[in-house]
Amino acid sequence: MLEIDGLDCCYGKVNALRAVSLTVNQGELVTLIGANGAGKTTTLKAISGLLPPVGGSIHFEGEDITQASAKRILALGIAHCPEGRRVFPYMTVQENLEMGCYLRTDRSALTEDMERIFTRFPVLAERRSQMAGTLSGGEQQMLAIGRALMSRPKLVLFDEPSLGLAPNLVERTFDIIMEIRAQGTTVLMVEQNAYAALEMCDRSYLLESGQVALQGTGQDLLDDPHVREAYLGG
Amino acid sequence: MKTALLCLWLAVLLTVPLWLTDLYFLHILITTGIFTIAAMSLNLLLGFTGQLSLGHVAFFGIGAYTSALLSLGFDLQLTESYRFAVAPKPVWLAFLAGIVVAGFFGWVIGRISFKVRGAYFVIVTISFAEVVRLVALNWVDLTEGPMALSAIPPFTFGIPGLWEETIYKKQPNYYLVLGVAILSYLVIRRLVLSRVGRAMIALRENEPLATSVGIDVTRYLILAAVVSAAIAGAAGGLYAHYVRIIDPDIFLFIYTVTMVIMVITGGKGTLAGPIVGGLIFGILPVVLRSFAGPEIQWIIYGAFMILIVFFLPDGIVPAIRSWWEGRVGPLAEPEPAELSNARPAERQAE
Ligand SMILES: Nc1ncnc2c1ncn2[C@@H]1O[C@H](COP(=O)(O)OP(=O)(O)O)[C@@H](O)[C@H]1O
Ligand SMILES: [Mg+2]
Repeated sequence: MLEIDGLDCCYGKVNALRAVSLTVNQGELVTLIGANGAGKTTTLKAISGLLPPVGGSIHFEGEDITQASAKRILALGIAHCPEGRRVFPYMTVQENLEMGCYLRTDRSALTEDMERIFTRFPVLAERRSQMAGTLSGGEQQMLAIGRALMSRPKLVLFDEPSLGLAPNLVERTFDIIMEIRAQGTTVLMVEQNAYAALEMCDRSYLLESGQVALQGTGQDLLDDPHVREAYLGG
Repeated sequence: MKTALLCLWLAVLLTVPLWLTDLYFLHILITTGIFTIAAMSLNLLLGFTGQLSLGHVAFFGIGAYTSALLSLGFDLQLTESYRFAVAPKPVWLAFLAGIVVAGFFGWVIGRISFKVRGAYFVIVTISFAEVVRLVALNWVDLTEGPMALSAIPPFTFGIPGLWEETIYKKQPNYYLVLGVAILSYLVIRRLVLSRVGRAMIALRENEPLATSVGIDVTRYLILAAVVSAAIAGAAGGLYAHYVRIIDPDIFLFIYTVTMVIMVITGGKGTLAGPIVGGLIFGILPVVLRSFAGPEIQWIIYGAFMILIVFFLPDGIVPAIRSWWEGRVGPLAEPEPAELSNARPAERQAE
């Protein structure tokens, strides 16, 4: 479904990714793990068109999207849940969801999709005209996920969805992501919490200093001595 | 309730020349109106996209000079053998050209500075205003430099050939400015309440997220800059044909500062903010002038500004709105998603 081959990315003179190759197949849940600054966010930015790569190629369902615009990539079916601040704080819940399919203009399908999201996250329905900034951390996370789903993506990219959430919410978030996958949406997720990421995924890639250091099934990586040593605390 | 207030407000504005017979005060209202239009245009950039244009007066001045020069006509000896002469054009045509040229410069500035934004935009706009001022000062063949462009024709109304009326009087000038102000308000309102406006607000609130949902940042910022510059150019054109003499001092930094003050005190990012701020800072100097010299006036402005920022950090309009909502319940029609402390769109180097 998604094929990345020999991807190079730079921020000015800083080389953030070097010859990164990875594949995500239809229906998989693939995770990207690695230390801070390893290049995980950069990889997702390159896929979603926010950072044009300087070398290599990215194909999505056979189409070359290496230099495509963010808009085009979203229209093709890749949604991105970026790291950091997750919502538009001074827009209502409903407006935030609408931003998720900003590109679409068909109102009726939009309303339908929104109802779908509200059915999935009833708490958002209750707060639909509340400012997103006044929601709790967990609710904001659900809103962010709901927004990503608004564009009916085939592939969703999650960047550190557990960051800054209370432990019970972290678990809830991972459950939601697994549900999304179970319903047929492919997922590529970046996660610092290596143990959780490896437990829940089909396959995983370990990034170190902008390069793929290891790849394999979640179990392969869980068993790998280097991963155990450096990322799972021995 | 809100509609009733709006009608009352419009009725007051429309009947002013009928009951305000003091021509000096009418003059004050006209210039206040012109600067309010400029403040509204600045608010589109500063309030709705979070980009601070500290050279905004450049667009105002470009509109004024373009409109004045085209209505006067000019004759330039560009090289030994090449002369570029323009015959005087009708004022309305010159005025429209001023809007277009100002909008064009908005586009240019947007193109060169929005790739980087933030502080760079502030610097580019300041420098731009200074460069334009120097051009106006030194290109004497075209602009008369410090000798000023004078005897600029006033607006003419009517149907060519049938009936025409040149407006020298204050009353019709007042209605002209009011008309342009209402039109500008409607254009800005239409823009910020549309999908485009939603995109601009998204950018201001959370730029990384906005780009990730497919909003083309640069495109929307440039659109805002063009509309903003064009409206500022319209204000400049009105000024030129009303005052009928302009010199390079029109580009002074202090005018931009005045606009910024109007927008911030009134409430940036609200539609009514620049109008309230514009009226206050248009009329305040007149009230102060009777008992304070210019230096004292600036000190009073400064103090007033500090008080506003301290007690009403969002400006007057949002403060009144929240007070009203606290007592009576939400207003029927909300303003486009507002931001209490509109931070400049967070910059992410990419
Ligand atoms: N906006 C930026 N400008 C310059 N360098 C950056 C920027 N973002 C990230 N980098 C650098 O690129 C490398 C990879 O960063 P990133 O992809 O954010 O890592 P991760 O998400 O794995 O923590 C790091 O060395 C980081 O310092
Ligand atoms: Mg990261």
